[in-house]
Amino acid sequence: MKNPQLVNGLDWQVHPPFLHPPYTSTVKRAPQEPLIALPQSLAELTGPVFGEGDLEPLDNDLTRNGVVNGEPIGERIIVTGRVIDESGRPVPGALLEVWQANACGRYRHHKDQHDAPLDPNFTGTGRIITDQHGFYRLTTIRPGAYPWRNHENAWRPPHIHFSLFGRHFLQRLVTQMYFPGDPLLPLDPIFNGIPDENGRARLISHYAHDVTEPEWALGYRFDIVVCGPRETPFENKGE
Amino acid sequence: MASQSSSQTIGPFFHGALIRGKEHILISDQSEGERILIQGQLFDGDGHPVPDGMIEIWQADGRGFFNHPADPHRSQADPHFRGFGRAETTDGFTFYTIRPGIIPGHVVPFINVRIFARGMLIHAVTRIYFDDEKENENDPVLRLVPPHRRHTLLAVGEDGGRWPTFRFNIYLQGPRETVFFL
Ligand SMILES: [Fe+2]
Repeated sequence: MKNPQLVNGLDWQVHPPFLHPPYTSTVKRAPQEPLIALPQSLAELTGPVFGEGDLEPLDNDLTRNGVVNGEPIGERIIVTGRVIDESGRPVPGALLEVWQANACGRYRHHKDQHDAPLDPNFTGTGRIITDQHGFYRLTTIRPGAYPWRNHENAWRPPHIHFSLFGRHFLQRLVTQMYFPGDPLLPLDPIFNGIPDENGRARLISHYAHDVTEPEWALGYRFDIVVCGPRETPFENKGE
Repeated sequence: MASQSSSQTIGPFFHGALIRGKEHILISDQSEGERILIQGQLFDGDGHPVPDGMIEIWQADGRGFFNHPADPHRSQADPHFRGFGRAETTDGFTFYTIRPGIIPGHVVPFINVRIFARGMLIHAVTRIYFDDEKENENDPVLRLVPPHRRHTLLAVGEDGGRWPTFRFNIYLQGPRETVFFL
């Protein structure tokens, strides 16, 4: 029997802190007591296992999965990449769930009151499971920027929300993918909550001409890195 | 060696993507074990309910096994119990689940919990223990917690209801702040 291998856990050099006052909603929602280090047991090194049975046929194509009476409006894009761990090994079978605003910057959500049109043919949600090499690929519409009330004249840079389940619960990650060359990025308190410049850069997708399909859609590459194995072997204390 | 991708907030608009089915119900008719309800509310530092959060739970089945390849006892795990649940917090949260068994090598049952919300750039991690377990004081993780804060990890049994019901409120901040783990 193989014992589970210990992993690195969250790397606080690259993850934002709970409290980041420029993002005002963190002020009353940030824990203040010191965090307690949780020893890694089987309960941390396991997690839900997802499979094709959790997917529907059009889940990876947001330009088609919400169609009611026509195609969604906006610039069609392809987003693809790999999920790997810190050691560079692919993470197959990872469930990615995505959600985003439509081309006008409006979410299909009852609480989104932004004065921009809804698109009847776009739900802005999708999901996909990485293949044996950790690859995923989805087709969608480039999201628009949208205003929010964090501060005067605050606008979120266009982004796609990603939720990820890896091999086990310590690889759980919720993040956002941004677009290259966006002038709103330096102004965004959520993006700039990431303390490390390389960490911020890692959330910006790259334009990928080899992914771009002629006469069809521009391509972007976005890789996601989750925690990987720790060097020391797992010590099983016996049962 | 690559660096981890940074976390970002789940934001307020995740429901369509993440709350699609009835994942707050972890059981089916065939699941084995004692059915329980876990009910709670997520609170901010002013003591106000957080209506736009998401709670995820991960737990062993009724006999302490995980339906996961890393569990050496996986072949004995209940095939009718995945062990994963999630719920949004508009009106508090409720999970219909199985009282977890004791994982081999552990002393008491518990449930791992993750909390996501707008205003949280990264999720928080905590655990649910059960207040009626006699051996809680011997649990190695509870023993890492300062004694005056251990109660924040205890789900409290409540009277009434068809199934045994436990209340587990989560306080992100303030005098009753829940213990969170690294
Ligand atoms: Fe968003």
